[in-house]
Amino acid sequence: MTRLIRSALALLLLAATLPAHAALKVLATTPEWGALTNELGGDKVNVYIATSAFQDVHRIDAKPSLVARARSADLVVATGAELEIGWLPVLLQESGNGKIQPGNPGYFEAASQVKLLEVPSSVDRSMGDIHPLGNPHVHLDPHNVAAVAAGLTTRLAMLDSANAAYYQSRGADFQQRWRDAIARWESQAAPLKGVGIVVIHKDQVYLCHWLGLKELAAIEPKPGVPPSAGYLGELVTKLGAMPPRMILRNAYNDSKAADWLSERVHAPVVLLPYTVGGTPEAKDLFGLFDDTVKRLLGAMK
Amino acid sequence: MTSVRPFAAIFLFCFAAVPAMSHAAGADVAALRAELEQLKSDYNTRVSALESRIAQLESGQAAAPAAPAEASPAPAAAAAPPPMPFPTTPTAEPASGGGRGGASAFNPAISMILAGNYANLSRDPETYRIAGFIPNGGDVGPGERSFNLGESELTVASNVDPYFFANVTASVTADNEIEIEEAYFRTLALRDGFTVKGGRFFSGLGYLNEIHAHAWDFVDQPLVYQAFFGSQLTQDGLQVKWLAPTDTFIELGAEGGNGGAFPGTRRNRNGLNSTTLFTHVGGDVGDSTSWRMGASWLHDHADGRTYEDTDELGVPVENAFTGTSKTWGLDAILKWAPHGDSTHRQLKLQAEYLQRTEDGELAFDESGANLSGDYRSRQSGWYAQGVYLFQPRWRVGLRYDSMDSGTPHIGLVDSGTLPRSAFPALLSASPDRVTVMLDWSPSEFSRLRAQYAWDDARLDQGDRQFLLQYIYGIGAHGAHKF
Repeated sequence: MTRLIRSALALLLLAATLPAHAALKVLATTPEWGALTNELGGDKVNVYIATSAFQDVHRIDAKPSLVARARSADLVVATGAELEIGWLPVLLQESGNGKIQPGNPGYFEAASQVKLLEVPSSVDRSMGDIHPLGNPHVHLDPHNVAAVAAGLTTRLAMLDSANAAYYQSRGADFQQRWRDAIARWESQAAPLKGVGIVVIHKDQVYLCHWLGLKELAAIEPKPGVPPSAGYLGELVTKLGAMPPRMILRNAYNDSKAADWLSERVHAPVVLLPYTVGGTPEAKDLFGLFDDTVKRLLGAMK
Repeated sequence: MTSVRPFAAIFLFCFAAVPAMSHAAGADVAALRAELEQLKSDYNTRVSALESRIAQLESGQAAAPAAPAEASPAPAAAAAPPPMPFPTTPTAEPASGGGRGGASAFNPAISMILAGNYANLSRDPETYRIAGFIPNGGDVGPGERSFNLGESELTVASNVDPYFFANVTASVTADNEIEIEEAYFRTLALRDGFTVKGGRFFSGLGYLNEIHAHAWDFVDQPLVYQAFFGSQLTQDGLQVKWLAPTDTFIELGAEGGNGGAFPGTRRNRNGLNSTTLFTHVGGDVGDSTSWRMGASWLHDHADGRTYEDTDELGVPVENAFTGTSKTWGLDAILKWAPHGDSTHRQLKLQAEYLQRTEDGELAFDESGANLSGDYRSRQSGWYAQGVYLFQPRWRVGLRYDSMDSGTPHIGLVDSGTLPRSAFPALLSASPDRVTVMLDWSPSEFSRLRAQYAWDDARLDQGDRQFLLQYIYGIGAHGAHKF
């Protein structure tokens, strides 16, 4: 036992004298913010992404591997607006890392950089899994991504002031390319304006808002509540009067209810990447929107 | 083994002292330099922030760039930002939540758990014993028959200031008693992987010990937890944890407490009366599997720890143990979900082994015959369980419990003073139990469960237990540990 204690002490001293690491260590909660940090930080950042496109970010385990990453992180880039409320607080608590606690420069929330949609005027759990601060799935409007990028650039420059100019120039470059891309997507997606669609969960709100898609119904009767057979029956009747052109499904959604509805309302299910990595084409943020627009247009034919 | 205690104290002290020392080091020159650097970087940041805003305005984007932090009054974040050289710079995010102004702006997060069950037990629960193990007065056994109100658990938690977080969990029992389950502070601002927790808290030993009842996968705790800790080991003391700066999760923890919880007793003695050391390691295998393993060690001392038994004629007596109690254990948990998506399918496997050695004196019938002799025991127990989420919201589970009481050395018996039957609670036994459960969670905040157990914890015939349970959570959305 004494030997164990001695080696633990030795390990402690070793850890205390370790040199600071060169690259800024970033823990991003979701693939889209991980990709954005990589765009802005280039080789000055070392990004670890906590989740993948195949996971529902509401329901993630506070895994030991994530706690370990939080411990060493210089910056946490989260969505915020309570999207990660079931697990991120545990990571922060267990991390033993004062730098990344909310209220410190090492904690960055994307949602506080943009205007949230669907902010409820009152909240009650009988409404399902609603977010009192507004819908947190902000990244599907590329204008929001631009606003988050501006905030994140400032934050990176502040945390790693030695490389501030580097981040500023990368940020400016990204904004330029992003503006061009938005112009391209918006002109490509013009035919989508006013098109009626059905969503599964309310996580396409910003996409619909951006492209002018008309959300006719959601397969979940309330956020986070799976549909019953009775509710789906009502949905078919309701949609008979105003048939949707397509049903949107994310990579992490279950396909059953969407496929069932698709047959009955004669609208195709369109699989969307939702975030970076959700489809093979959505390799980065540009690919995410290229592919999303392409898939939506494909369903119009 | 007694030589370990001073070392444990040093261990604990070093844990606490290292961050303090490293923060104090080079306080003068380095601090000045850092301040200068900070000033410089802040100017840079402000200039670049302004530049990027101008660029944004020039480009005339439609995107409504958030009303940044200056515009809105800092929401009632749980954490106030630490003092910064330029408080007007939007340097930090408020924590999500809170959000409203006025007198309630700083109200802590409040949540309440309601639980209860219906029990159908084939044998009288009054006679429930884990054979071969000293009764500990804790939560042992399946509870009473018919409808039962469980513990209602009230948790109030908030950041105190930028440096501390505080949490109180009180449970109100069906008998109208209020117990403080946990009441602790925890540090927020320490760095280099250190966290210090103090007050009353569930010990970090093992895996299940820190998990609150509403998050258990079965209605009750494994037999080994019931027999060794009366369900859960609570420490009134201080805990220091250190997380290694590695990509693999490696955690070292030490606790010192007053030793008041079973298997220890309060001793009217200064210093550490209970010491816990534990370590956990964990990581991922691919994107579908994650795991954690741990080892724990607990050193306690009991002074006149009484328990009720009967003598060889069946007359009730009160016996008492005085001596040292050492427990060590191993725990392992593995979770599997396709691509880490635990909404549709998840398998959770876990197992723990605990072994306890007690060495000291056993007094027989303290208020009557009052005989005393030496006592030594080595007892162990383990459980293994699997829980499978086979479709969203539905889970099935299977658990096996096994205990080995060993044959304790009782001086009074070996010397022929008393027959072994004078200590019925200490007769050798190997209790076991098989439990199956099915639960349905309509949402994250509600769960209904059915459980059936073949419980052979008693010396004689077994008990068949059927339980239906509800668990509801209202108020703030809690976050769960792995």
